[in-house]
Amino acid sequence: MFSLLWLIPVLPFAGFLILALAGKKLGKVPSAIVGVGSVGLSALLTIIIGFAFIASPPASNVYNITLWEWFNVAGLNPSIAFRLDSLSLVFIFVITFVGFLIHIYSAEFMKDEEGYSRFFAYMNLFVGSMLTLVLADNLLLMYLGWEGVGLCSYLLIGFWYKEPANGAAARKAFIVTRIGDTAMAIGLFLLVKSFNTLNIESLSSLVTQWETGAPIANAAALLLLGGALGKSAQLPLQTWLPDAMAGPSPVSALIHAATMVTAGVYLIARMNVVFTLSPFTMHLIAVIGALTLLVAGFSATVQYDIKRVLAYSTISQIGYMFLALGVGAWSAGIFHFMIHAFFKALLFLAAGAVILAVHHEHNMFKMRGLRKELPVTFWTFLIGSASLAALPLITAGFYSKDAILWYAYSSQTNGSIILWLAGWFGAFITAFYTFRMVFITFFGEQRNKVSHKPGIFIKLPLVVLAVLSVIGGFSELPHTLGHVTIFSDFIDLTLPMVQINEGGISELTLQVIVALTALAGVYLAYIKYLKKSVPMFEEIKLTALQKFLFSGWGFDRLYDKLIVAPYMFIAEINKNDFIDLLYKGIAWLNGLMNHILITTQNGKIRRYAIGLVLGAIITLTIAAFL
Amino acid sequence: MSQFPYEIGLMFAGILFLLGLIGLIVRRNIIFMLMSLEIMLNSAGFAFVIAGTKWSQPDGQVMFLFILAVAAAEVSVGLALVIQVYKKFKSLDTDVLNKMKG
Repeated sequence: MFSLLWLIPVLPFAGFLILALAGKKLGKVPSAIVGVGSVGLSALLTIIIGFAFIASPPASNVYNITLWEWFNVAGLNPSIAFRLDSLSLVFIFVITFVGFLIHIYSAEFMKDEEGYSRFFAYMNLFVGSMLTLVLADNLLLMYLGWEGVGLCSYLLIGFWYKEPANGAAARKAFIVTRIGDTAMAIGLFLLVKSFNTLNIESLSSLVTQWETGAPIANAAALLLLGGALGKSAQLPLQTWLPDAMAGPSPVSALIHAATMVTAGVYLIARMNVVFTLSPFTMHLIAVIGALTLLVAGFSATVQYDIKRVLAYSTISQIGYMFLALGVGAWSAGIFHFMIHAFFKALLFLAAGAVILAVHHEHNMFKMRGLRKELPVTFWTFLIGSASLAALPLITAGFYSKDAILWYAYSSQTNGSIILWLAGWFGAFITAFYTFRMVFITFFGEQRNKVSHKPGIFIKLPLVVLAVLSVIGGFSELPHTLGHVTIFSDFIDLTLPMVQINEGGISELTLQVIVALTALAGVYLAYIKYLKKSVPMFEEIKLTALQKFLFSGWGFDRLYDKLIVAPYMFIAEINKNDFIDLLYKGIAWLNGLMNHILITTQNGKIRRYAIGLVLGAIITLTIAAFL
Repeated sequence: MSQFPYEIGLMFAGILFLLGLIGLIVRRNIIFMLMSLEIMLNSAGFAFVIAGTKWSQPDGQVMFLFILAVAAAEVSVGLALVIQVYKKFKSLDTDVLNKMKG
């Protein structure tokens, strides 16, 4: 059964090839069948293999399959090989299954768009690359997938390329993530130089030669972290994600919420041995996660574009995952990844349905009151929001976020009350901005006519994801509430378990505080946006602080001043590239010589004779004296 | 055989060669240039004969016969060309015949 593993990434690639080569000749329906079908088959295969894995795990819970040797240079011989363990199984499940639902949704969502088959071709390429990323058994193949998803992200953000702003957003996303990718590439070079291998399994045993906290271990961990920060839109490389919302909503759901942006989380979890060797980096990850979740959370509270709220909330939720990774709570981070993929994909898809319903209007203040006309969208969006806001007991988001917060306080690695406070306050903000979004969009007086009601292909994925957003949480319950550990037991097959400090504040106390906080956030949103009337968009005046938060804490302006402006300045003064002067000089010298020699070709036969004589004399002189 | 002044003979050949060379360079008339060439060829032939005498070998004189034949052939071709050139351009001045603008 496991030997079919290679088909999982290959099927979407095949779909991509068919669509890329014959997309124009295929009609819309065949394009959709190929595009959705390839991912659907992958999802089916993943579920079958997943059941086989759980029912009869392979030896030492890892299954390796080598397709062929990629190259062999100076002892470095990475293979095209896939590795299945519990960590990659969770990831491929989310990628194929959520990806499949999003593909179904896209079939209807994109049906009036130009470039229908192009869209599915890119989406299939993305799914294939992402699967390569998480299944790769060596870091080089992983890097191939890593760059592949970056490329697809660029192509899909700029899918509506006729609008120049979309192209700019696509380039921004590509360039900003490239900064992180460069760091990661240097990290890979460092690992190759040290161990001459990139195989994850051999690396995991080889790096233990390094002492904990050794400079080289710190360097390797920090460089890999750089890649993770860029891809996962964490401080200080988070600026690209809000702009990436220029792409179609299914793209935002699949790439910029559920899968690609969590590649950084996967990388850190996968290379956990390297990171564990560098306590400084682990601490940094936790701090970055805590800061990011607060920074992005605050920005989300003042946005008016429904997708930008979700974008900032994605950055913030990935901040939670980084917080979990930073305190060594690997399974909690991965658990939050899975739950987040469910509810955030749901929220993006529902937001897309809303946007489609009101003539591509993104502004929440211009929608309002859509609850009655779009009941399915409303209820599923509400469930997703409840999960995002971590409403206690019933939602999956509560259990995953609660686990992270508990470990942020109690873990032996870096656990502290300060990290808990950051996460706790983040939970309050999350609940507030989430229900601010719900109340503004779906309640109150309707301000825009509904032109397009979602059909079955849009409703079905919404409902499935809504169900998962609720029941997904019950695979992992804290021991104060039922104590189910199906998920963490499964993940702990691959990743180390978290060690917790005994004593201190009890888990139950903290849980109750977090639960009450989430409710308080919802209540604050209720007071501000449901009890009081919401002003028309044109009447909203932002205070200076709100403007600052609205612009994402001015990071864009800072980078413009700090990096873009000096770069443009240097480019301006060096318009005539000074390095080119050397080459221009060589060309000029050649021209000069040519000019001199041309004058000797004057046709005067007596001059030629003189030249002959002089040449003979010089030659003879040299011959005589040497 | 009494002492033959080879040095003087070779010097004479050298002077003759130089005279021919100078004539070739300073003359503008093609016929005079051809005559200078003949002088140079003969000086070379003379040097061969001297050398042949020095080593008591016949090769030098054989070489001279060859040079004579080459010179004869060269002059016949050269003069034929000179006649054609004169017919076409009504001049034998090489500077006037130069068509290049370098």
